[in-house]
Amino acid sequence: MSAVVAAREPQLPKEHYLNADYGVRSWLFTIDHKRIALLYLASVTFMFFLGGMYAAAIRLELVTPPGDMFSSETYNKLFTGHGVLMVFFFLIPTIPGVLGNFLIPLMIGAKDLAFPRINLLSWYCYMAGAGFVLYALVEGGLDTGWTFYTPYSTSFSNTNVILAGVGIFFAGFSSILTGLNFIVTIHKMRAPGLTWFRLPLFVWAHYATSLIQILGTPVIAVTILLVALERGFHFGFFDPARGGDPILFQHLFWFYSHPAVYIMILPAMGVISELVACFSRKKIFGYGFVAGSSLAIAVLGFLVWAHHMFVSGLSVYASLIFSAISFLVAIPSAIKVFNWTATLYRGSVSWQTPMLYAVGFIGLFVIGGLTGLFLAALGLDVHVTDTYFIVAHFHYVMVGSVVMAYMGGLHFWWPKITGRHYPEWWARVSAVIIFVGFNLTFFPQFILGYLGMPRRYHYYPDEFQVLNVMSSAGASILAVGYMIPMVYFAWSMRYGRIATANPWPATGLEWQTASPPPTENFAVTPTVDEEVYDYTRPPKEPTFV
Amino acid sequence: MFSGFPLFPEQASTLALGVDGLYFFLVLVTAFFFVAISAALLFFSVKYRRRSPHEWPAEIHGSLMLELAWSIVPFLICVVIFAWGAILFFSMNRPPDNAIEVSVVGKRWMWKLQHMTGQREINELHIPVGRAVKLTLTSEDVIHSFFVPAFRVKKDAVPGRYNVMWFQATKPGRYHLFCAEYCGTQHSRMIGEIIAMEPADFQTWIQGGPAPESPVAAGQKLFAELNCITCHRADSQGRGPVLDGLAGSTVKLLGGGTAVADDTYLRESILVPAAKIVDGYQPIMPTYQGQVSEEGVLHLLAYIQSLKGQAGAAGAAGGNK
Repeated sequence: MSAVVAAREPQLPKEHYLNADYGVRSWLFTIDHKRIALLYLASVTFMFFLGGMYAAAIRLELVTPPGDMFSSETYNKLFTGHGVLMVFFFLIPTIPGVLGNFLIPLMIGAKDLAFPRINLLSWYCYMAGAGFVLYALVEGGLDTGWTFYTPYSTSFSNTNVILAGVGIFFAGFSSILTGLNFIVTIHKMRAPGLTWFRLPLFVWAHYATSLIQILGTPVIAVTILLVALERGFHFGFFDPARGGDPILFQHLFWFYSHPAVYIMILPAMGVISELVACFSRKKIFGYGFVAGSSLAIAVLGFLVWAHHMFVSGLSVYASLIFSAISFLVAIPSAIKVFNWTATLYRGSVSWQTPMLYAVGFIGLFVIGGLTGLFLAALGLDVHVTDTYFIVAHFHYVMVGSVVMAYMGGLHFWWPKITGRHYPEWWARVSAVIIFVGFNLTFFPQFILGYLGMPRRYHYYPDEFQVLNVMSSAGASILAVGYMIPMVYFAWSMRYGRIATANPWPATGLEWQTASPPPTENFAVTPTVDEEVYDYTRPPKEPTFV
Repeated sequence: MFSGFPLFPEQASTLALGVDGLYFFLVLVTAFFFVAISAALLFFSVKYRRRSPHEWPAEIHGSLMLELAWSIVPFLICVVIFAWGAILFFSMNRPPDNAIEVSVVGKRWMWKLQHMTGQREINELHIPVGRAVKLTLTSEDVIHSFFVPAFRVKKDAVPGRYNVMWFQATKPGRYHLFCAEYCGTQHSRMIGEIIAMEPADFQTWIQGGPAPESPVAAGQKLFAELNCITCHRADSQGRGPVLDGLAGSTVKLLGGGTAVADDTYLRESILVPAAKIVDGYQPIMPTYQGQVSEEGVLHLLAYIQSLKGQAGAAGAAGGNK
């Protein structure tokens, strides 16, 4: 059968969502979820490289102990800009905005999201937020750190706090609207026969993420509003000189910003489940446990925020409770890792690029996750919090894990998105470069942190230099690793080998329609009569083309 | 490990050993799981590598026993780590009674410290080896954090409240003091040194130079200068509550409720007197916000704490010698 398919040179479908219409207006006013996903792809990629340039400047400055390249004002603006851009405008929106937007309707056999216009509004909110923040960064900058701790942000900083706050406020609404759209879509628009337990784990993960987006994001919006009121109109919420409590800000901020970590990692875990299943040709081991663990993480993730505050003077007993729940949230993550690993057992494992990223993800997530235990352990957190140990830990989770998963997913679905293959050899090489560069950048930071180098330090003592140089060297390798895919992805859009509807082949409704899909996704409404991830026989020929 | 390129920080306090023990245990746990998972992934992906594109392996149904095993075993490991960390944390938050007391005020971008015997230091703290040192921290402006890596301790200095930390140096030396909470432009220059000395050397150091004014004496002077004495009289005939024996006691508040008269309460009562009114008194006290510095407040607190009857005051002062 496949010999017959291989003999026939695949061709792009005559009409698909990319050539359905032309011109700038057809993109800026589109309500097609696939085109909106590409709008997100362009904007988050821009923000990623911009944030990366800030990181490059930071690593360059830290090659030598004295702050000899930039002034301290500039250095502080650099790490603030890096954090704000990467967290609010790359890590939080990327996987839901690009892959979630593109794939959720396809995976559940729907024509579009439940509210296509609101979906477009989400992107405009994101762009408005990005506009405010970029203006704030260019026009004087921001030096509060991405955490905006009071009373520094409300009463002391001379930079564009309110402007950046407005930007994050808008980006937050983008996040809320996307979450709302996903939840309604997943509830109401599944194809006939697609029961909850036949849903791909990618969809489960996005469902859990959407719950956090809807429940958590309003809190950060309110918090930003309070900061703006205090800064602009001298209300006394947080500044003790006006009768406020600076610790209250930390509670409010982390009530959102800790769950926000799960907004980043849960969709990444969803991607990994798809990749591991396809490239081991196995149903994910313990499907129900993996799906349930996403929900458990979403719920428990709301109850751990004060573990960021163990040295702030929080009561010993409150600290005990937050430490205990933080350990609990480690269990569902462990369950996922064990199940992914067990999925390979007696599978048929192939090492194409997406699988390289998936395996890289699992390895780095194990380190990122387990170093989280160091920080949940009260007596040890006291020493390592606010040092480079924490910087290393969250980069293992956010870059090592989230970005690896995003890259893996982008490669996996690239033939579906563009109808063309990326060059496999280059992709494997750059995956390895990213893995090596990443570890060289961030592993030394664990050691630096335990040695006691505080984060956000412009000057540092001489004895930390060797490890800092290693880290900066790794960062330059990492930068190369991220550039190469930029080039070959762009190249492949025009020159890549044309893909079939189901090139890997993989299960899932998104592979049952043409690559790239038509605007309406499926020619006929799909029906589902088989279990999820059924790799015991070749996936059926695309039937809804 | 050669000098100039350390991989592990110096252990110089009684707490450091315990923290490092937990650290190495966790390094082992992390290494074990990383190696185990990586080995399994590599082994499976080689053993079960795809040999032909037409392989469609049989499905394996999940295993409840396995799921339970890899939920319960990590849970038990977590319980051990949690308890270990909690025990360390308790000891970090329970300063010994006989500790030397030092007050610390963070200010952008310096550390201002004062011993109970009156010596002031900036960005330096001299301490004796083998004796617990208790710091009371606050800040004049934004949040700072007092971090001594060699001692494995850190605590935020938060404006408007007092946080307490303690440590006991185990060997003489000079150790880094860092501000660990981002506080603005010169954050990375808000650094200093802890100078741990042999007890005899410390005695020489602290007795050197002219005898400084102790915080209690400074507080008493300030108490008179600010005319606190007109209302807070010693004989219960004043318009404000008697302060003798107040520190650490439980106070009945107007409108019901009680408060423990700890440092934070006393501070608030000086700077924002209307916040908590003692039962039986009128809210007539003016605010002293802006009229008295953070150090001044600390001196007033030291003075109020010394008012525990004559014997108590003498004991408190003597305890810090």
